[in-house]
Amino acid sequence: MSVEGTIDLDRTAHEHARALRAGEHSAVELARATIARIREQEPAIHAYITVSEERALADAAAADGRLRAGDAAPLTGIPIALKDLIATEGVATSAASRILEGYVPAEDATVAARLREAGAVLVGKANLDEFAMGSSTEHSAYGPTRNPWDLERVPGGSSGGSAATVAARGVPLSLGTDTGGSIRQPAALTGVVGLKPTYGRVSRYGVVAFASSLEQVGPFGRDAKDVAALLAAIAGLDPCDSTTAPVPVPDYAAELGRGLDGLSIGVPDVLFEGAEEGVREAVEAAIDLLAANGASVTRGVQLPTARAALPAYYLIAPAEASANLARYDGVKYGAGDTDGPGLWDEMERTRGAGFGPEVKRRIMLGTYALSAGYYDAYYLKAQKVRTLIRQELDRALAGHDLLLSPTAPGPAFRLGERVDDPLAMYLSDLYTIPANIAGHPAISTPAGFVAGLPVGLQLLGRPFEEGTLLRATAAYQALTDWHTRAPALALAAGGAS
Amino acid sequence: MTLAADEVRRLARLARVALDDDEVERLRADLSTCLDHFRVLAEIDTDGVPPTAHASALESVERDDVVRPSLAAEEVLSRAPRREGAYLRVRPVLDPE
Repeated sequence: MSVEGTIDLDRTAHEHARALRAGEHSAVELARATIARIREQEPAIHAYITVSEERALADAAAADGRLRAGDAAPLTGIPIALKDLIATEGVATSAASRILEGYVPAEDATVAARLREAGAVLVGKANLDEFAMGSSTEHSAYGPTRNPWDLERVPGGSSGGSAATVAARGVPLSLGTDTGGSIRQPAALTGVVGLKPTYGRVSRYGVVAFASSLEQVGPFGRDAKDVAALLAAIAGLDPCDSTTAPVPVPDYAAELGRGLDGLSIGVPDVLFEGAEEGVREAVEAAIDLLAANGASVTRGVQLPTARAALPAYYLIAPAEASANLARYDGVKYGAGDTDGPGLWDEMERTRGAGFGPEVKRRIMLGTYALSAGYYDAYYLKAQKVRTLIRQELDRALAGHDLLLSPTAPGPAFRLGERVDDPLAMYLSDLYTIPANIAGHPAISTPAGFVAGLPVGLQLLGRPFEEGTLLRATAAYQALTDWHTRAPALALAAGGAS
Repeated sequence: MTLAADEVRRLARLARVALDDDEVERLRADLSTCLDHFRVLAEIDTDGVPPTAHASALESVERDDVVRPSLAAEEVLSRAPRREGAYLRVRPVLDPE
């Protein structure tokens, strides 16, 4: 049996890092074993648009050099997948859209460059809803990703591929983006940890833009320690993104062992409205556990305007998208229809053929919200509601370190169940959207199961206090083992001996 | 509220997206459903509330004006669907008639 066949791929990133340093195997061997497992799982879950074997082996060879020289960072040699919305030099970046077919970026996004400097090994580009617009990964031009816990169900979205491959133990770490819940909701539906950083914590340079005032890049992993390490590697000021904040990046790892003593957690009832019974029970059990182990929990926190976050979001995000996506004109890059009689005609045809139904729906919705006669009633009104939601969250967090809720109203839904009903799909983001509207950080961690499907617990914190989210998550994970559960598909896969 | 097909076509022209008749019908229904749902916003009192355009508290961020490398022209042009020498080629912008 080859060395690759004996590598335990069920390890977390920090366990892999220890094995690499101990010389149990090389980073190249780990990369080969990882890619073999991904290829084995792809027919079932389709978590990737591109598997970047060549790049992975080059990254891994460089990592082995650093490991030998004693110059390794925490992520050196660790396999990672990036949502295929993050530009990677020399590796196709599609945003899961036909309109970017054949597009290969000339440079890395800042987060991709930082991971390369950290020595991480890029094994592939993960599937997503086209331009990150969706909550199920069914709106990908490359076909849906399936949930490793039940192949008839969605993994959530839009970062469904990034979540599914971590859940299936394909890779220990991945990056997604979260505009309205696109990291936290798929993390919840696949039983992994996902963190949306504070707006401005992580650079968006080189990330295909959907709704620029709302979105952030963030980590997926299986435990708080791994997520902390990945956030530390990508966070901080970037001269190429003027919306990154000049706020020092704290030592997240140092927060992990601080426990629950002295933490004040508020529970807003409004973020439980519409939750399925099993989800509610799992989250109630988590609340009891946290309260019994040192946290002080307050019920009945008021967020009266949070109900309006969803409609406000579905006006603001499409409005920004309609402007951001104006750049896809088929002139400078990507697919172009070059048979039309005139420039405008060609552009309309390029965009009509290149964008999928959900992207068209959002562009049209955004164009409507911004157009003369409707601007005040829709877009401006939504922006004012945004102010109220932010003020309410700030007030609630003045008295509490964290706000706790379910991440999503229900567990993973069936493929096809909501794809033709946009409003039903949008309602999956009910509990996650307020954090984006306000710019606050939030995390989802596994908190139980309903009929064999994972349930996520969401913690929302003050701006730039990701350390507190990670601290509470680490403490909760020390008391529970939900985050260690793996779907049968991952356990059945070859690789582990 | 139901949007008229002509209104959907007008929006599609503004957004520069070609739609076939089926798509127009579909979007008429979808947009109407969403806009009806969004009416709950009208019930919220926002008198005197300033709009928030951005989650960031930063204003007028400046940076040092220093020269740094940019992409080579060939790197950029090689990604265009249609080019001619060092130019991007497009159809006439103005109607020739």
